[in-house]
Amino acid sequence: MKRLSWLHAWLMLLPALAMLMAFTHIPALTTIWHSLFYPARGSEPEEFAGLDNYRMMLDDDVFWQALSNNLWYALVTVPASMVLALAMALWVNGKIRGRGALRLAYFTPTMLPMIAVANIWLFFYSPEIGLFNKVLGWFGVAGINWLGDTDWALPSLMLMTIWKEAGFFMIFYLAALQALDRDIYDAAALEGASRWYRFRRLTLPLLMPTTLFVLVNAVLNAFKLVDHLFILTKGGPNNASNLLLYYIYENAFSFFDANYAATLTVVLLAMLILLALLQFGVLERRIHYR
Amino acid sequence: MSQLQVQGLCKAWGESRAVSELNFSIEPGEFVALLGPSGCGKSTTLKMIAGLEEPTSGVISLNDRDITHLAPGKRGLAMVFQSYALFPHLSVAENILFGLKARRVAADECQRRLKQVAELVDLGAHLNKKPGQLSGGQCQRVALARAIVAEAPLCLMDEPLSNLDAKLRNEMRAELRALQQRLGMTVLYVTHDQVEAMSMADRILLLNKGELAQEGTPEALYNRPENTFVARFIGNPPMNLIEQGVTLLGVRPEHVYTAEQGMSARVAGCDYHGADTIIDAQLPEFGNQIVKLRKPGHQVLPIGMELKLGWQPEHEHRFDKASGQRLDSSLASPSTKPSSSSLNNPSKTESSHVG
Repeated sequence: MKRLSWLHAWLMLLPALAMLMAFTHIPALTTIWHSLFYPARGSEPEEFAGLDNYRMMLDDDVFWQALSNNLWYALVTVPASMVLALAMALWVNGKIRGRGALRLAYFTPTMLPMIAVANIWLFFYSPEIGLFNKVLGWFGVAGINWLGDTDWALPSLMLMTIWKEAGFFMIFYLAALQALDRDIYDAAALEGASRWYRFRRLTLPLLMPTTLFVLVNAVLNAFKLVDHLFILTKGGPNNASNLLLYYIYENAFSFFDANYAATLTVVLLAMLILLALLQFGVLERRIHYR
Repeated sequence: MSQLQVQGLCKAWGESRAVSELNFSIEPGEFVALLGPSGCGKSTTLKMIAGLEEPTSGVISLNDRDITHLAPGKRGLAMVFQSYALFPHLSVAENILFGLKARRVAADECQRRLKQVAELVDLGAHLNKKPGQLSGGQCQRVALARAIVAEAPLCLMDEPLSNLDAKLRNEMRAELRALQQRLGMTVLYVTHDQVEAMSMADRILLLNKGELAQEGTPEALYNRPENTFVARFIGNPPMNLIEQGVTLLGVRPEHVYTAEQGMSARVAGCDYHGADTIIDAQLPEFGNQIVKLRKPGHQVLPIGMELKLGWQPEHEHRFDKASGQRLDSSLASPSTKPSSSSLNNPSKTESSHVG
């Protein structure tokens, strides 16, 4: 009987496990394996390189540039889109007219594919006919070459990412806000707690499980989402807006150095795992779960 | 000086009126129960007093100060919620002190009051626990402590005991009443449970469909119901109302007894409750209307058995059938002798040998 239920359990797990193995775990392991070899030349077999690829990476200026770009990119877009998401969720959770339309409006950027979004923003950013420069022109300010200037390319990407991500995170905050017990707010109001006090002492702590979830996802997205680079900057100018994953793509499919791409992938993966553990480790203990 | 005064209070949602023209007042130190069936507007009334619901019209004043349109926190009220409304992420101590901290009461004063109130409701050992680690009864005490610690002139309670099991509810009832009297609290207590209202309150406001059906002491509501709604609501099982032409004759089941001679009746059913048995008896003289009577102990009688019933004339109530209003506006006097009371002999109720 017991043996049968074990078998049952494994059979139930099998489909998901097979898919995960085939497309996640085995590729991850082969990536690590590939990162230990030199690229194959012609028909010769791959030659074992040990940690040479990693040494090369440490000497690669573009890698360091992409890594620092990516860290800044995460450092700005993650908090900004989360704060914006919470603010929007609080607003559209209130009793206001047309809040259904407002919620939809905030969520629209999330529904659009990243490539489509990038094409729209390409128009906003274009130097001659772009929306932003037109608006600046009304105030007599000289236009900026948003995507062509090394100082402005990365901030331009950040702005668009915040716009796209905030609506997505808003949905999570909105769901969490609606699950909160109204009675405790009535109780707090009767106790003379101001709106700010209620937000700080009740809403914020009770939303912490959602905040952790959103934070982990936002950090992952900051390293994962690079679709817009293909349309907007292709990592340029002079790698000013290059991000890690895009650099991995370039190595694998433009420079055809799959082994170096594998090396970079291992580093990216390790970094993301570390970040996730850090977030859980620091925040988990302070969170009240119902 | 009246502490809480409610005048002409109304609440309407579109066409439907939840509360209409409510007038009452509560004196300092009084325990008043706002009683009524579900949907009678008692919770809405409480919420309007608390400031959680905006009244359509009317005036609410506390200690001669008009608080009708003040924010909830500015009214100086404390409230115990049905769901307890405890803050799940805060410890018991933080829950109790939440209001004092929001009002920026000094830390040593907070600690002094916390110690006092924790002792009062017997929570001293649980101050560092979260509400999730407490039992229902303990959560109830935290909610109570939070209301007491505010030292507000009026404490509102919204069915605070209804989430507890029957045994605990009985204990808490006595404890709550004792606490209220010890601290001299003024309490407005909303409940649908007549036992709670009867046993705890100094005065009961009985609501029906948003209107005050009767107001008075528990004895007054029991002994002299002003209309058939009150007669049916107070008492368990409710008062028997026997149609007699254009009037209704009311007698409580506990006042009906079996006698050697009296009104003839036939047993239609028995309901054994442990301490007593409720007997349904048909009255052939009144078109087989059912009368309930209460007999102590286990007295399950065979269905169809013939009985003779009687009751004391002072236990009769008369109501107008059309309006439901009480007819004898003066106190029921033995001089009014309707037809059926002539059946009563002053023979003592003998409960033991009936069959």
